[in-house]
Amino acid sequence: MDGIHDMGGMHGFGKVEPEANEPVFHSQWEGRCLALNRAMGYAQLWTIDQSRASREELRPDIYLASSYYKKWELGLESLIVALGLAGADEIAAGHALRPGKALPHKLAAADVPNTLTRGSFARPAPAPARFKSGDRVRTRNIHPQTHTRLPRYARGKVGTVEALRGCHVFPDTVAIGQGENPQWLYTVEFEGRELWGEAAEPSLKVSIEAFEPYLEPA
Amino acid sequence: MAHDHDDHDHGDHDHDSELSEMQLRVRALETVLTEKGYIDPAAIDAIIEAYETKVGPHIGARVVAKAWSNPAFKQALLEDATKAVLAMGALNRVGDHLIAVENTPRRHNMIVCTLCSCYPWEVLGLPPVWYKSAPYRSRAVSDPRGVLADFGVTLAADTEIRVWDSTAETRFIVLPMRPAGTEGFSEEKLAALVTRDSMIGTGLAKLPSEAA
Repeated sequence: MDGIHDMGGMHGFGKVEPEANEPVFHSQWEGRCLALNRAMGYAQLWTIDQSRASREELRPDIYLASSYYKKWELGLESLIVALGLAGADEIAAGHALRPGKALPHKLAAADVPNTLTRGSFARPAPAPARFKSGDRVRTRNIHPQTHTRLPRYARGKVGTVEALRGCHVFPDTVAIGQGENPQWLYTVEFEGRELWGEAAEPSLKVSIEAFEPYLEPA
Repeated sequence: MAHDHDDHDHGDHDHDSELSEMQLRVRALETVLTEKGYIDPAAIDAIIEAYETKVGPHIGARVVAKAWSNPAFKQALLEDATKAVLAMGALNRVGDHLIAVENTPRRHNMIVCTLCSCYPWEVLGLPPVWYKSAPYRSRAVSDPRGVLADFGVTLAADTEIRVWDSTAETRFIVLPMRPAGTEGFSEEKLAALVTRDSMIGTGLAKLPSEAA
């Protein structure tokens, strides 16, 4: 999806403003919002890419005007309503108006320490890798309407495969309910000038983590 | 809650209105999810407590200090950071696909996620606001020297800058250069020099004279 979330290379957002002694959360609701997302994610009713897609599908003006945790809250609400776990009327009322559904998994406090470790996204490879380290590749010029992890600034560009990272769950299909469809994952390095033209910093190199369907031989 | 910084201004001019709106909205959502039987509020408390008190950049700092002190560990870390960090001991929980990238006098590494805000939570804790902000996500890949200048960092003109865009489930941590004048330092003393930003690549490790 060519959305506002795909920010690499955009101009006009101004300086980065680091905050000295930044607290973990700036308000109580931020922590609760993060934790609600983690606890509901534990039910395994959606994948990490579906939850990313739920935030990317926020209207661009809302996306830009919302803080990180507000986006998480809005994305979580939209997933909960879309899956029929609660109605927008209940969220507006601030109370359940109907009984809940049975969830496959419910997170107990005692299990929280185990959920702090990320799961593995590696899967058995259905086919040998098409590319090897050192190969020149060109990223495809794709513009799917749905979730993808190929950023716009790196489409149709020639780079070099630096490393193979194994075969992983493919975000583009898993996000739209079309299965894990495991694909080889590569680190592909580009010269700054390939991405940004002659005015680019000559010593710049940028890499992306590219799934095999994003790549063709150069 | 250990922290309740409701008065804190973090550069968002709509902050106050968002604050009250979001407090109510999150409370409403939590109430609905609790009443539906989907969540246990004690689990919510435990998650918050973990990120406020247990998981943070002190973990990454220990990894870096060990790599500076122990060449075999450093090699193992650069080969397979997940495996190496797990082997350090029970304190460290880390999942798959962690990759450590080494800064040298010739090459400086910087980590970003232009598409969302992917970040190595297990070794650095939750990302700071600036890491998740539009200025960082937009500029890190095209103008990393400008971004470094925002952090007050200047590199030699001939240092190559390598930016890693975290577009998949691989996660990156920078192994910063060991500061001069730290010969003979214990791992504990070294870890105190390793800042969060030095492990993202927007900063350098502190000199011993800069350590608090």
